[in-house]
Amino acid sequence: MVESAVVSSNLDALESEAVHIFREVAGEFDRPVILFSGGKDSTLLLHLAIKAFWPAPVPFALLHVDTGHNFPEVIEFRDRVVAEHGLRLEVAAVQDWIDDGRLTERPDGTRNPLQTVPLLDSITAHRFDAVFGGGRRDEERARAKERIFSLRNAFGQWEPRRQRPELWNLYNGRHRPGEHVRVFPLSNWTELDVWHYIAREDITLPSIYYAHERDVYLRDGMWLTEGPWGGPRSGETVLRKTIRYRTVGDGSCTGAVESAAVTIDEVIAEVAASRLTERGATRADDRLSEAAMEDRKREGYF
Amino acid sequence: MSQLLRLATAGSVDDGKSTLVGRLLYDTKSVLADTLEAVHRASADRGMSTPDLSLLVDGLRSEREQGITIDVAYRYFATPKRSFVLADTPGHVQYTRNTVTGASTAQLGVLLVDARNGVVEQTRRHAAVLALLGVPRVVLAVNKIDLVDYDEPTFTRISKEFSAHATSLGYSEDAVLSIPVSALVGDNVVDRSARTPWYEGPTLLRHLEEVPVHADAEDSPFRFPVQYVIRPRTAEHPDYRGYAGQIAAGGVSVGDEVVVLPSGIRSTVTGIDTPHGPRSSAGSGESVTLLLANEVDISRGDLIATATAPPRVVDEFEATLCWLGDKPLRPGARVLVKHGTRTVQALVTELNSRFDEQKLSSVDAPDSLSLNDIGRVVLRSAEPLPIDDYTDSRRTGAFLVIDPADGSTLAGGLVGAPLPVLDATDATGEQEDLVSPGP
Repeated sequence: MVESAVVSSNLDALESEAVHIFREVAGEFDRPVILFSGGKDSTLLLHLAIKAFWPAPVPFALLHVDTGHNFPEVIEFRDRVVAEHGLRLEVAAVQDWIDDGRLTERPDGTRNPLQTVPLLDSITAHRFDAVFGGGRRDEERARAKERIFSLRNAFGQWEPRRQRPELWNLYNGRHRPGEHVRVFPLSNWTELDVWHYIAREDITLPSIYYAHERDVYLRDGMWLTEGPWGGPRSGETVLRKTIRYRTVGDGSCTGAVESAAVTIDEVIAEVAASRLTERGATRADDRLSEAAMEDRKREGYF
Repeated sequence: MSQLLRLATAGSVDDGKSTLVGRLLYDTKSVLADTLEAVHRASADRGMSTPDLSLLVDGLRSEREQGITIDVAYRYFATPKRSFVLADTPGHVQYTRNTVTGASTAQLGVLLVDARNGVVEQTRRHAAVLALLGVPRVVLAVNKIDLVDYDEPTFTRISKEFSAHATSLGYSEDAVLSIPVSALVGDNVVDRSARTPWYEGPTLLRHLEEVPVHADAEDSPFRFPVQYVIRPRTAEHPDYRGYAGQIAAGGVSVGDEVVVLPSGIRSTVTGIDTPHGPRSSAGSGESVTLLLANEVDISRGDLIATATAPPRVVDEFEATLCWLGDKPLRPGARVLVKHGTRTVQALVTELNSRFDEQKLSSVDAPDSLSLNDIGRVVLRSAEPLPIDDYTDSRRTGAFLVIDPADGSTLAGGLVGAPLPVLDATDATGEQEDLVSPGP
């Protein structure tokens, strides 16, 4: 795909901004960590971090808050990337928290909201002071008000009214003991920017982002796949469909979209023409209420 | 020319700014069906017959409940010509805090007025803040033009009044444009309106697409705050030592003579590594890694500058502060100053004047600066800082004031920049003595 000059110069600006943010954190924090699930946004984060410190290794650990409701292709991809770059990966498994009673399984079986406690416990246990996430402001209205450096209190909570004004590109990462800062280097990227950049840089992603055949069933207007999170309920018919995933999260609430896009150029064309937002199309948890994301962020979610 | 335009919007209460931004997103098809459906549903829940486009941008629960915008929100839209990052800043709550934040990175400011009210006090204040923050261009969207029956003389009167005000703040005439719009109906936002045949200028979107923009300080002398020293010490790169940073002003080429500040050591650039491999030169805004000829002691916080036009290195300087802290500033306050990548202790030795936002004039020797006040101070820093005037370089002329106790951001600081007062004679007259040379 021939990239237009407009797209190219836009991506250069976004890349420079992200690299600058990574280096600021490396310079000002003691124990930063990158949240890494193997999904496209965290894979992009890692790619940019590698560029920011080349030819030195990335000076951060990786952390995966694992719901246990994974797509095997993504976990295999995650482990391969970690090995390839000689990185250190910490895994906080939601299952461990459920097993020892610190968390209780929800009646609907979804584990996305259960990630918050293992995340906060891991931040405390490892004394992480800066936590990189792949959140983008274009994803959702509450995220549009998020800072690039987002201060969290000792309970990991986001307090919209306490956020620091962010002027120029001078980021204030000062925090008190026990507090930490969430850092969002992709704040100013859109979903389409992410895909254009993945194409330009030829970044490998887990195969489930591209069209493939899969047994799926329809629930709440989304195509879900069977897995350890429980399969179709009675009355839900399993069909063989050609689908792909636009986001990758907890399998119980991440929906696939019908798609024939097998190459990255086809994905870009599809995203550009899409009538639905990434989260609206594929995340049951964001459809709960007008302020679903804001409420989860206040509790310490990303 | 950059194809990414950063703009900031500002306006008074009820002049329809959220609706205008919603209209821009809606008419450029940046709003997708599910988001729109949610807006339709929420509008219906509130008993409205047409969708309230402002709901597209008011993100926080309390904002939707109160029907106001509280915090700066960032919006993204693109056309085949340009990508846009829009900082949407509320007009009434903490206006300085939010407008200053949005304006600090903006290349263009969009101000809104209600055509029925024309240029009001807050319009003048917002324009003054945009001028102070060095936003290169400003657009006045004369909104609700439908409610004055698309009356040309009304528009012309408002346009002239605003233009005169902007010019008195230092904007050149070609940096200012007024456009008659109706965000509610859509006139001249994206699509040209047939109801304003007397208006021959561009629509708002056309103007955003075509207005010339330049990266900050493209043509200024080279400035490079060192963020991080890259030393792999690997078998493959045993001796690599690179200085990582983002070019704050000017450009750099291999072979350039540079000086490291504050130490004053000189060296020559021998290599420039970029995210796309080595290059022979790089420009303002790029994140690069510089390699220098001799092994010099450089660490985070140092500034690499062109040897031919280095910034001054001082430990006392005059600056304008936009005060953002809840606690007021009083002379004698001990603070931290973050300039570039260096954070130093500093003392506010004098509080010389405060910007009177009602009269757009200055008040001498105030007792304190409170939240949302703008004032001129003298700062003494514990270590010398390599600074430029803000009017010469928005990046190396800017700094943060931080509370050493709790780490909160207390103020945005602009080195040397005079207050945006309308009677400019006393502000410009003392420009030359603003910064005392270091000892």
